[in-house]
Order: sequence, then structure tokens, then C-alpha cells
Amino acid sequence: MGARAGPRVFLGAGEGSVSAAAVESVDLANTSVRDLNQRLHDLESGDPTHWRISNPNGAHALAVGLDAEIEVEIEGHVGYYCAGMNKLATVRVDGNCGTGVAENIMSGSVIVAGDASQSAGASGRGGLLVIRGSASARCGISMKGVDIVVHGSVGHVAGFMAQRGSLVVCGDAGQDLGDSIYETRIYVRGQVASLGADCVEKEMADEHRAELASLLEAGEASFDPGEFRRYGSARRLYNFNVDHAGEY
Amino acid sequence: MCGIAGLFSKSTDVEERLGAHLSAMLSQLADRGPDSAGVALYRDPAPLGSCKVSLFSDDADAPWAHLSAELATELGGGDYEVRASHALFVVAAEPAQVQGWLRERHPELRVMSIGDRIEIYKEAVDPRDFVERFELADVSATHALGHTRMATESRVTTQHSHPFSTGLDLCLVHNGSLSNHNRLRMELRRRGIEFQTDNDTEVAAGYLTWRLSQGDDIETALRACLDDLDGFYTFAVGTADGFAVLRDPIACKPAVMAECDDWVAMASEYRAIAVLPGADEAELWEPEPGRVYSWERAKVA
Repeated sequence: MGARAGPRVFLGAGEGSVSAAAVESVDLANTSVRDLNQRLHDLESGDPTHWRISNPNGAHALAVGLDAEIEVEIEGHVGYYCAGMNKLATVRVDGNCGTGVAENIMSGSVIVAGDASQSAGASGRGGLLVIRGSASARCGISMKGVDIVVHGSVGHVAGFMAQRGSLVVCGDAGQDLGDSIYETRIYVRGQVASLGADCVEKEMADEHRAELASLLEAGEASFDPGEFRRYGSARRLYNFNVDHAGEY
Repeated sequence: MCGIAGLFSKSTDVEERLGAHLSAMLSQLADRGPDSAGVALYRDPAPLGSCKVSLFSDDADAPWAHLSAELATELGGGDYEVRASHALFVVAAEPAQVQGWLRERHPELRVMSIGDRIEIYKEAVDPRDFVERFELADVSATHALGHTRMATESRVTTQHSHPFSTGLDLCLVHNGSLSNHNRLRMELRRRGIEFQTDNDTEVAAGYLTWRLSQGDDIETALRACLDDLDGFYTFAVGTADGFAVLRDPIACKPAVMAECDDWVAMASEYRAIAVLPGADEAELWEPEPGRVYSWERAKVA
């Protein structure tokens, strides 16, 4: 996961002078989001690798643009675009997320204890997004390599134009699942309200069961892979027809 | 963009401080809608046979005392309270009679709301200035709606601000934009609904007014919006006893709802709910697209 993302600063846990137990606490009741993010962007070797953020109170753009192997825990509900563009870092949200959590994630992990609003993991290129609750509309829209594991259900148009990576839904999926999907694999355990254009159910082969099992393990979702169905592209839309290639 | 807030008290503590809580919510939503702000407060029922009228004047020296004396002589009542550019009158007459009288005698005044409990105040100023100017922090209310506007399809004036009255004790706030409002306005005008502006939300308000006049209850009227309104919307509708929320089926516009022992709240974003006492412990969820959510005092009590 996220193999293309190279570390800008190497901050291996337990290395250098900082012990793994050292936790840097930041209270957003008296620190601005901009200051917090700047500190997280300016990390150098020997700086804290474990951060705990309190009083997020729905603030937007928390822990956005991280590019180091650190762990960030956010204690409470967050607003829009939390952990967007994440590289290498592990971001845990002990609450719910607003629109676009882990948007364009490149690598690393984002783990949400509660629910996520719309466009969770949108356009993500790598890494892992885990939502222990449910996600609303447009989860994984235009995902390009991220793996998303939702313990609950997803709303309508999940996986719209999804290109790479896997979307695992342990609950139900809303209307128009996988509309205009490319190569993303979608696994759903519960009911699918309806499939979007060119999205079809596909055979669950051993390789898919194995992939799903490892995704469920990574996402700490203890479900039997045998309970899931797989969905993907029928590759019948205009853009899949090679006869159209000469038109440009 | 725009921001919406709704707060419904389930305890006397919250009721007494509802204006302060709503002010905090609107201030959080100020950067979603810095063009104008407005509230609909539900409080202090008018005495039997009387009604409450919220009036707006763009004249800084509006002769409210003179109007009060006129009302006392011709209709009865006339007690009033000035709040910035608005004044709330209690008139001892039927709402229709009051409206007719005002239209004839004072066409320069805008009736912002009329009913038993409702009071609407709105102004084309920054929401943080609005709550100060209208001294909302000191107001008690059983429930209230608020709006912060980022104008997209019509002018920035007090008249174009939300909430829009949709009938006696009814109002609407809206985040989104409607695309079939011109045609719908024409149809509603033919059916006798009056419009004061070219604003799209006022058409949704007029549509609800018309549905309710045809015998719909508020939930049925809102469900009918799903068929007849084209566009993006999160609506919150205030009634004498509570409020209702509806998001369009595509759900482009955000909404968060929360409930705890002391209150029920809805807002465009959680940060506007985070300022309420006990928000950390409240049940929190995103309303589903195309589903009507409503609270009424009778249902809660």
C-alpha cells in the first residue's frame, strides 16, 4: 500500500532520543489549526512521533498534508477534509468526521471510530481508510488505489468512477453502487440498494477471498469473507470500447 | 454555501438560554454565510384573540410609537418591542385582518412573520454582528431556526435573507439553490400566493404555504417537495410546536443532527453543534437524503 510515496523525513518509532511512549499533546481550545498543521509539517528527526489532539470540535482540515511516519490521535468529532492527502502517518479519529475524510490519501492509515460524512476517501491514491461506523454518500468516489474498509454501511453512489484499490462494506450499500466504475473491487456483506451504470456482481474466486481476508484483517473487521459479494466493472461503457480510441 | 441551525429545547435551562445558544451556533456558521443572517424564534404566545407581527423598516427612524397608537385605536393592542431594524407588535385582531390593514395603511413596512409564537429577525450583516445588534443572547425561546447566507442567485438585502415566512407561525431556511423557481413562482402566483422578492427560497416557502393551504400537514408538504422542487436543498422548517428537516435526494448540501436529554439540534456542520452544552455526549447523525425528520413539543413531552 502506498509504495510510491517516499518519506520526506524518516521518523522511525523508537529511534533517536524520543522514547516511543512520549506523546505530544495539543489542545485546539488554545492552539489554531494552522499552527497545529504547521508543527506537523515541520517535523524533523528526533521530534515527537506520537501526537494527541484534544477539543477538535468539528474543526476543518485537521492533520492535513502529513508526510512522516507519525501517529496522530484526535479526541473527538472533526470537520471537513481531516487527514486529507495523508502520506505515511497513522491518523486516528475518536469520533465522527465531516465531508472528505482522508481525501486524496497517498499512503499511511486513517482510522475513524465513528461515522464519516460524504466523500470519505475521495480520490485516494494509496494507504488504508477504516471507518468503524458508517459512511454516507459518495464514499470512495474516484478512488485511485486507496483501500477503504467500512464496518457499517455506505450511502448512495459509493465508488463512483472508482479506478483502483478496494472498497469493503460490511453493512449495506445505498443506491447506484459503483456507478461508472473502472478497476476498483467492491465487496459488500449486506444488501445493495441498486447498482450504478456498468457495475455488476462478479464471481468471488479464491484470490478475491484472500484479498478480502487481508483487508478485513487490516481494517480490524471480524467478518467472514464468505459472507461478502464482489462487484466491479462490466467494462461496457463508451470509454472501455477500443473502437472509440481512434476518434481522438 | 449558507449555514443552517435549528435548536429545540427539552429543558427549561436550555429554553431560558436558547438565544445565547443559537447565537453561538450562528457565529460558528458565519464563514458559511457572511452576507446576511436571520432567526425565527418561537416564544411568548400571544394572548387569546391576539397575534404577534414582526415588522421590518428600512427607515432608521421608523415611527414605531406612532404605528402603535394607530393599531391601538383601529385594531386593539399595539404593544411593541424594538429590536434593531425590526419591531415586534402584539395586535388584538385576527392575523388576516392585521395583514390587510398593514398592506393598506403601511405598504412601506415589511411583514417578516405573523402568528401566535413566531418572531423573525434578519439583516444583511455579518452573522456575528447580527447576534450582537439584535441582542439575541438575552432571548429565551422554546425553539428557533437560524440562517447565515452566502448569496448565489439573488441580491444581498434584508428582504432576500432567510428565514422566509411560509404562513402563520411557519418559516423556512434553506441551504442550496433551486433551478425551477421561476416557473414554480408563476404557477403559485396564479394560485394566489404572493411573493416579495425574486429569491428561490421564497418560492419554496410559498410552495409550502400553498400545500398547507390545501390541507397537507408539514411532513406531507415537505415530502411533496421531493417531486416538485428541482435543485439542491437542505431545508429546515419551523412550526409553532417544533421543526422539520429535509435534504434533497442527492444530498449535496450538508446537515448534521444531534439529540440529548436537554435539546435537539440540527446544523450544516458539527462545529455549530459543538458549542451546545453536552454536545460531546449527544447522539449524533447525518440525516438521510429524501427523508423528513421532525420534532414537536407534544411528541417529546
